Formats: sequence, structure tokens, C-alpha cells
Amino acid sequence: MSDKNMKRKTTMTIVSEGLAKRYKKEKRFKMLGLSAILFSLLFLVFLFSSIFLNGYKAFFQTAVQIDVFFDPAVLDVKDPATANYHGLIKTSLRTAFPDIKKRKDKKKLYGIISNGASFTLRDIVLENPSIIGQTLSVWVLADDDIDMLMKSYIDRELPESDRRMNDMQIDWVDTFKAQNRIKFLFNIGFFTNGDSREPESAGILGATIGSMYMLAITLVLAFPIGIGAAIYLEEFAVKNWLTDIIEVNINNLAAVPSIVFGLLGLAVFLNFFQLPRSAPLVGGLVLFLMTLPTIIITSRVALQSVPPSIREAALGVGASKMQAVFHHVLPLAMPGMLTGTIIGMARALGESAPLLMIGMVAFIVDIPSSIADPATALPVQIYLWADSPERAFVERTSAAIMVLLTFLILMNGTAVYLRSKFERRW
Amino acid sequence: MSNPILTTILLSLISFSYSYGKKFAFTTGSKVGGVHKLHSRPAYHGMLIALWCALPSLFILFVWQFAEPAIISSMVLSSLPDAINTLPPERLGLVLNDIKNLSMGLSFGGQIDPQLLKASEYYLQLQQTGINIKSGAVIILSIIGLLAGFKLLSPSLRARNHVERVVRYFLIGCSLIAIFTTIGIVLSVLFEALRFFQKVSVAEFLFSLTWSPQISIRADQVGASGEFGAVPVFAGTMLISAIAMLVAVPIGLMSAIYLSEYASKRMRATAKPLIEILAGVPTVVYGFFAALVVAPFIRNAGTAMGLEVSSESALAAGLIMGIMIIPFVMSIADDVINAVPQSLRDGSYGLGATKSETVKNVVIPAALPGIVGGILLAVSRAIGETMIVVMAAGLSANLTVNPLQAVTTVTVQIVTLLIGDQEFDSPKTLAAFALGLLLFVVTLSLNILALYIVRKYREEYE
Repeated sequence: MSDKNMKRKTTMTIVSEGLAKRYKKEKRFKMLGLSAILFSLLFLVFLFSSIFLNGYKAFFQTAVQIDVFFDPAVLDVKDPATANYHGLIKTSLRTAFPDIKKRKDKKKLYGIISNGASFTLRDIVLENPSIIGQTLSVWVLADDDIDMLMKSYIDRELPESDRRMNDMQIDWVDTFKAQNRIKFLFNIGFFTNGDSREPESAGILGATIGSMYMLAITLVLAFPIGIGAAIYLEEFAVKNWLTDIIEVNINNLAAVPSIVFGLLGLAVFLNFFQLPRSAPLVGGLVLFLMTLPTIIITSRVALQSVPPSIREAALGVGASKMQAVFHHVLPLAMPGMLTGTIIGMARALGESAPLLMIGMVAFIVDIPSSIADPATALPVQIYLWADSPERAFVERTSAAIMVLLTFLILMNGTAVYLRSKFERRW
Repeated sequence: MSNPILTTILLSLISFSYSYGKKFAFTTGSKVGGVHKLHSRPAYHGMLIALWCALPSLFILFVWQFAEPAIISSMVLSSLPDAINTLPPERLGLVLNDIKNLSMGLSFGGQIDPQLLKASEYYLQLQQTGINIKSGAVIILSIIGLLAGFKLLSPSLRARNHVERVVRYFLIGCSLIAIFTTIGIVLSVLFEALRFFQKVSVAEFLFSLTWSPQISIRADQVGASGEFGAVPVFAGTMLISAIAMLVAVPIGLMSAIYLSEYASKRMRATAKPLIEILAGVPTVVYGFFAALVVAPFIRNAGTAMGLEVSSESALAAGLIMGIMIIPFVMSIADDVINAVPQSLRDGSYGLGATKSETVKNVVIPAALPGIVGGILLAVSRAIGETMIVVMAAGLSANLTVNPLQAVTTVTVQIVTLLIGDQEFDSPKTLAAFALGLLLFVVTLSLNILALYIVRKYREEYE
């Protein structure tokens, strides 16, 4: 007996021999899990900081001070709106740098100032026509190349042939700098302009308004209809084949890729109903169809969380089924429904794929003034700018992303706040 | 009469009928011995009449808004001389556009055709008549409805039941919209796809190995063959989705395991929402990030190692797409892991297993159907994802499994085929709908399969 015991290890020894290895495995497994989480969190930090670092400089824009002589020979007092303001800027630059003689160099010199500057001058004159004949020091936007140089995205150390700007241009900028005639201004135009081919005068207002119109349409349609559908399915529907189909349908629609909704919008709204292309109206309709399933699903969950005793009490004191739902259940489920709707709206705001299908990628300078005007949306604007080759647009893209993310954080924050404030556990 | 005025009149009629019905209920109620003697509460009488007043006129208004442009266009066109009227439809559309522009006071210089000018006046006149008829019809209908409603009013009127029936129909209508959407998707995609398959055979589309949708305009043009073999496009989609799943599944699953089995309550409460932020970031942001930061990084790293990396490599798009999907996999896995009852774990601990052994041998097998279902849903997401691949993956349809080369995907092709000027009859445009049909079918079957697996293999615990 004792011989056998000597030869065969007891269970206890087997276990304790393997124990160290197993604990090590356990530790490794735990570390693996932790690193998975850390990976996601690190990526999040990396994503946000890279976008911030790429974009925060876009909120400031280089401006140059030039002395403009508002020449009465050029400006007609009776009709100051249509004068050659670009000529005024050219004259002013020529006087500032009189020794530039070559045609090619002059052209480069004029390129320092943004094309949008003539509008700045026009606005000054229109506001106060009495300055015609005087010389004024005016701050005007610099061209995006100058802006990039000032923000040190253009490397001065590179040989001249590899640089976007030649030595002469850099000298001009340094001259301006020495005279304190070049500085960063807060980039108001970014928030008040529409799109533009010139990075320095491109802004997000047009896209933001387009997004707002679309969200308004989506909300007006999706909120009542989504809640109506949820109430019917949750409170009234009898279990039969039709309600089964509706239910399966809604769950499937929630998982259909968003681009397919874009195809639907293109084929049905644009080609069949002949609604205008690129209009927020169509975009809103497409986003409505896309967010509807999500809103229905979250609203149903909210209705389910209201305990049956509320309904029974209402029915018990003589309310009809409809009264019980609309007077008692719905108000209690409303916070949950609102949360779901806001989250759905946030998703609709960030969505761009279906909008590409219905022509909202057009280059649109004007700020839309109605839901039938051509417009673009904030995420689509980001997509458009991301495709532009100029270095300055990279910066704008990141800035526009920051604005979009701010909107999303605000919306989701509201949803979280609503949930924590009004959530009731029964 | 302009639209705002019409709306105001309509609204005031509706509110008048509501207050009248309510007042009527109060006065008749007091005659028969108190409001409580009536069948319905006074507000329901008001609502019933308001509905009578509003519904017919709103219906007419709605139909009118849709029908009017078409009717007016056809009337204007038929008034034109035969020489214009017999033009092909596309030219006719242009003429109609000119007429509309003229009637809005826009002209594009040059000589204006007097016939068009006349037509544009006729157009304006028709529009005016249309507005008049519309306003007249709407107001008369609402007044008729209002009077008909008044006629109904009596102390024994079961107003509430009528109102509730209308509300019920409204609710049913709301839930039917989801069905109409699906039908709309299927029909619109199917019709265009069928037209495509009349020009390109199904077999060629599904099995041919070359995808080059450029159609030649001239017969002798080079490099514009117009071949629609979708295999490379699918292969590209599969490659990118596979890379995405290689990132998303292990990381998502391990995060879920850690959060549900190891993490303290406080850590779970902070880490989970933070990771879920990743799901809320718009895909266009990921696309920008992939194209601007990740793709150049991979390219430089590859070049440093002596590899040839395309600047639009499948790897960059797939990696970022995988990161986007992590929270999706994580929350599904977290839900199923939490649904595994504690008693199973306790049994395993009781036998002396460590936590990781319990997870690997007990919890994961028990949660497997749910996890597999979740992964299938994630795959369908990856296949349907658009913006990341549009911005970071390529356009050329290479048939390759090398993740360092550029490939294209179904969604990229749909977007490129449909952006920009399109003739609606060319196979190039229709091909997008054929791809859309395939995308819809594939994602739908993946979803149904996922639901089926979850339902069929779900362990029922008490």
C-alpha cells in the first residue's frame, strides 16, 4: 500500500505542482483583458488629440495690414458696390514694395492677399462711403499659403525648389512681420461663411444650417411617428402575422447599411417624386427613414419599463385603454423616449453616406435659406474638405470635426442628463 | 392666396371647431343635468369636430401638393406647338426647365423664344389658378366638414370612441411606415438592378473577374471597356471586413470579459461609457483619421521594413474599421456574458478552477451562441460601412489577399458610381443599384442568420 502511494502522486500534489503555472496563466489572461481596454482608451485619446492638434490653429487666421488708398478714380461714389477693389489692393501692395518690377513677381506679390479681401474693402466702403479719397490701414485676410507659413507648416529650412513659397515671398512676409503688420486674428469667417475654394475664406455656416434643417425635418417626422408606432406595437397590437412582420421588419431595418437608405432616397424621392437634388428636405426624409427603427425600438423599451400596475390603476378608475396610455403611461415613458430620440438624432447628425447618394456633396457656396435650397451637411463638408489637396484644408477639416464632435457631445450629454434625472426604477 | 394665409385660416377654423364642440358639450350637459351625464368628456366633442374639419381638407391639401407640379407641367407642354411637343423626353425636360426659369424671371441671355415666353406666362397663370383652386377647395371642404361635425353633436354622442378610433388608425399607420420603407428599398433597388441585368448578365456580374465600370463614349477609346465582374469588389470587401474583425473580435471580446468578470464596479462604470464613445464618433471622422494619420504611418513603416505598401492599403481602412466596431462587439458580448447565470461560475469555482479557466471553459461556451450572433452582426456592419472605406480605401479593383495593397469595396463602388453627373440609363449607374441589391441581401441574410443562431442555441436558464 505504502509503495503505491510513493509511486503515484496524490491529487493534492498534482494540483499544487500545476498551481504556479495556472496562476501565471490567470494573470496573463487578466492582463490581456486589461490591455484590450487600455488599447481602446488609448486610441480614443490618440484620435481626439490628433484631431485637436491638427485643427486648433484653424480657429486663428493670418491677417495682413495694408494701407489702401480709396481712389475716387476707381470708386464711383454713386455706385460703390461694383468697383474694382482688387485693383485697390494691387495698387496698395505695389506702393508697399515699389522695387518689384517683374510681371511674374508682381503676380506673386498680389497672391499674398486672399481673394476675399476685396469683399472686405467693399463692405468698408458700403458702410461708410465718406472714406472715399482717404488712405486707411486695413486688416485683410492673407492667402492660405502665408497662413501656413505663419503657422509653421511650411518648412523654411527646405531648399527653395522644394517649398511651396520662394525666398522672395518669405522675405515679404518677414518685412510685414518686422513692421508689425501681420498677426493672427480669431477666425470669425470659419463660423459665418459658406464653403469656398479658397481655404482662408471657407466656413462651416452653410453646412451647419443644412444639417440643422435636415435634423429639424427628421425630428418632426421621426419623433411622433416613432412614438406612435411604438405605442401601437407595445400597447394595442394583437399578436398576429401582421404585427409579427412589422416587428421583424423594424429589427431588420435597424441593421440595414445606411448607404442603402441613400439608394432608396435616390430612386424614390429624387427619381420618382422628382424632389429637388441636394435639398435638406430629401436629406431629412432619408435620415428620418434611417433613424425611425432606432427610435421605435428605444421607445418600446421605455414603454415596457412602465409597470403594468399603472395601466391597471387607470383602467380601474374607468379610463379607456387609449386614455390609460396617453394620460398615464406615455408621460412616464417620455424621458426614456426623449433619450432614445436624442441619441437617434445624434446618429443622424453624424451620418454622411446616404447624403452622398442624394447629391448633397455638391460644392455650395450660398447659405441655404429654405429646406428646398441646395445645401450640404456638416459631416459631408468634412468629407469634401478632407478630399481637398491644400494643406490649409486639413486644418479646417479637423476644426470642422471638432465642431461636429462638440454638437454630438452636447446631444449625448443631454441624453445622459435626461436619463439620470428622470429615470425611475419601479 | 399664399400658403401662410391658407394655413392660418385652416388653423383658426380647426381651433374654432374645437372650442365650439367643447362649449356645446358644456351647454347641453348643463341642460341634461351636468356634464357628467354626457357619454364623453367635453374635450372629446371638441376634438371630434376638429378632426372632421381638419382631416378631409388636409388630405386634399396633401394630394394636391404632390399632383400639382405634374398636372401643370403636362398642361403647359400640351399647349406648346407640336414641333416642341414631339421632342424626346430629355429635351422636353430641358424646355420645361427653361419655361420654369423664365416664369421666375431668370433668363440666360440671348434671344428668348417667344413661344417659350408665352408658355411661361401660361405656366404662371396655371400656377395662380392652381393656388386659387387649392385654397378654395381646402376652405370649402373644411367648412363642410365642420358643419357635418356640428350636425353630429348631441348629448348622446359617443365622441370619445370616434376620436379614439381615429387615433388608433393613426398609430397603425405609423407602424406601417416601417413596412413601406422595406418595400421601398426592395422595389427601388430591385427595379434598377433588373434593368442592369438586362444589359449585363447575372453570371458575368457574379463570376467575372474584372471590374472596370468606365463605359467608352467613343468606340475606339482606350481603357474604357465597361466590364462588370463583381468578384474583385467582393474580395476587397471581404478582405477589409476580415481585417476589421481580426481587430474587433479579440479586443472587443477581451474587453467584455474583463469588464464583466474582473473589473471593479467603479472601473466598469467609467471604462464602458468611455469605450462606447468610439461607437458615437461619426464614421467620416474615422475615415479622415485613417487617410490622414494611419495610412501614411503604415506606408512609412512598411517602406522602412522594405515592403511595398500602397498609400490606400486595405490594412489602414480595415484597422480603423475594426476599432470602430470594438464597442459594438463589446456591448453584445458583455450582455451575453452577463446573462450567464452566476451558479455556473460558482460550480466551476467549487471544482477549483481559476477565474480564467472558468471563463474559458464555462462562461464562453455557455455564451457562445450569443457571441457568434454578435460577431455576425458586426460582420454585416463592416460590410455595409461606407465612409471609412470611401476615404481610406482605393478605387481600383485589385483581386488580391495582400492587405498592403489597395482594394475596393462594394460601398466605395456604389458611392463612386453615383456621385457626379449620371445618366440614369447607363449600365454604370445601374451597376450601383445591382451592388446595392447584393449588399442589402447579404447584410439581411447575415442579420437573419445571427438572430436564428441566437434563438436556436440560446440556453434557457431559470
